[in-house]
Amino acid sequence: MASVRSAVSVKITPPVSVPTSREAQAPLVMRMTVAKVNFYYGPKQVLFDINLNIATNKVTSLIGPSGCGKSTLLRTLNRMHETVRSSRLEGEILIDNQNILAQDVTALRRRVGMVFQRPNPFPKSIFDNVAYGLRINGVKGSIHDAVEKSLRHAALWEEVKDQLHKSAYELSGGQQQRLCIARALAVEPEVLLLDEPCSALDPISTAKIEELLVQLKDLCTIVIVTHNMQQAARVSDFTAFLLMGQLIEFSPTPQLFTTPTDARTEAYITGRFG
Amino acid sequence: MSRRLRWRKFVSHFMLTMTGLCALVAVAVLFFILGYLVYHGGTSISWNFFTKLPAPVGETGGGMANAIVGSAKLLLLACLLGVPIGFFGAIYLAEFSGGTIAFVVRYAADLLNGVPSIVIGIFAYSLVVLPFKHFSTLAGGFALGLMMIPITLRSTEEFLRAVPRALREGAMALGASQWKTIASVVVPAAYRGILTAILLAFARVAGETAPLLFTAFGNRFWSPGWAQPTASLPVMIFTYAIAPYDDWHRQAWAAGLVLLGLILIINIIARVILSRGVAVPRT
Repeated sequence: MASVRSAVSVKITPPVSVPTSREAQAPLVMRMTVAKVNFYYGPKQVLFDINLNIATNKVTSLIGPSGCGKSTLLRTLNRMHETVRSSRLEGEILIDNQNILAQDVTALRRRVGMVFQRPNPFPKSIFDNVAYGLRINGVKGSIHDAVEKSLRHAALWEEVKDQLHKSAYELSGGQQQRLCIARALAVEPEVLLLDEPCSALDPISTAKIEELLVQLKDLCTIVIVTHNMQQAARVSDFTAFLLMGQLIEFSPTPQLFTTPTDARTEAYITGRFG
Repeated sequence: MSRRLRWRKFVSHFMLTMTGLCALVAVAVLFFILGYLVYHGGTSISWNFFTKLPAPVGETGGGMANAIVGSAKLLLLACLLGVPIGFFGAIYLAEFSGGTIAFVVRYAADLLNGVPSIVIGIFAYSLVVLPFKHFSTLAGGFALGLMMIPITLRSTEEFLRAVPRALREGAMALGASQWKTIASVVVPAAYRGILTAILLAFARVAGETAPLLFTAFGNRFWSPGWAQPTASLPVMIFTYAIAPYDDWHRQAWAAGLVLLGLILIINIIARVILSRGVAVPRT
């Protein structure tokens, strides 16, 4: 716990001891660092002194009961919190050792993509949905290959390759969510944020997306918010447990779920509250 | 059956009959007006009505070609003024403004919507007609355009607000600027509603007479230019209906039918556009 709080530099050893020897051998590189972040909606403080390191090409999950601030924390990572007028952020969030608050927000969001709780495809064709990010970022010429690549990465290509020009709303909920993932991947982000991406989906679609996340690790760094502890245990390498705006525990996933150091973490993962 | 139950049944049937009757009267009046108009208009309308100028006083025959073209010119001007201001104003209200400004603009638009159209006419008269010392097509278009602004503004704003926040966030999370998000996602998602709103605003001002009486005035001949007075269908109806000639009355009925047909067509188009389904599923 103490080591997590002090870990604010970028290339550091894992925040806590790593669980397996295989992972211990590969040095972890930190893609993003959250340092001493306090966050407010108007007068109400919702995040308290958060320190967190997000490892490159790993899946980091944020868990905790409803209202604990996990989605808010996720949204600060690509400054989506700024869409709420009254919000205020104190502290530093770094990507590759640069403060994201000092960067151009559209450039930042190109590097840090996001997938939302409910599938939110645009009222456009499947192709245009995926192409959207490329087009607004001024990619000229043939983008068909890029679209195909993104759809393949999102494991959706085989299902939609013959109907690319149909409306995205003709897809099922699970397909729509994978389309949103493809859309986010198209601009080749370094970090992909997912805010409870499966909460509106059926179990089979959920399984597909979980499988996908594990594959996507090679492509980018993933941060996922989930209220489903089994999901966190299945897909993530590191897990952060938040409670009432505070980061209670942050460890490699197996360690957090088997030998939590904090009594509150243990109470939560054993289902005593939340 | 107890007396109480019988009484309750009686009240129920009585109220049902009453409400049904009132609905019937409302519909009957509407259909009577429509039928009367179609009957008189239909028997008076002819090809000449669309192609000929009004006949000199005392002669029968002639048409209202100049008024049809005049109305078209006035409505074109009205759209050029009302649609962009209403549309972009609505975008500002729905997407950019906060609190006080939005409240003031919305309130002003609602008030402007309720201002009697003849007052709009006086306003246009003192602002455009008096300085140029001339009744003109421009002044008439200006008055009608003013009337279109609040209607377009408020309904466009409603349709923009109905676009789910999730779509805006989806675009912004891909690195779209706020304007890019609006132009490429929000407006396309709401375009059916916006188009309908504009069409209905158009239909509303197409039949306005009062604002044209002392702006576009009237003209028994082709209007020679945008800065000259022009005839228009509603004003022609007004002039012809109060004239003492039977032939003019018939022409007024025909003009009424043409206006009704125009508004009916616009309404049907608007309904077809809307019924193709709202582009975005409401969540």
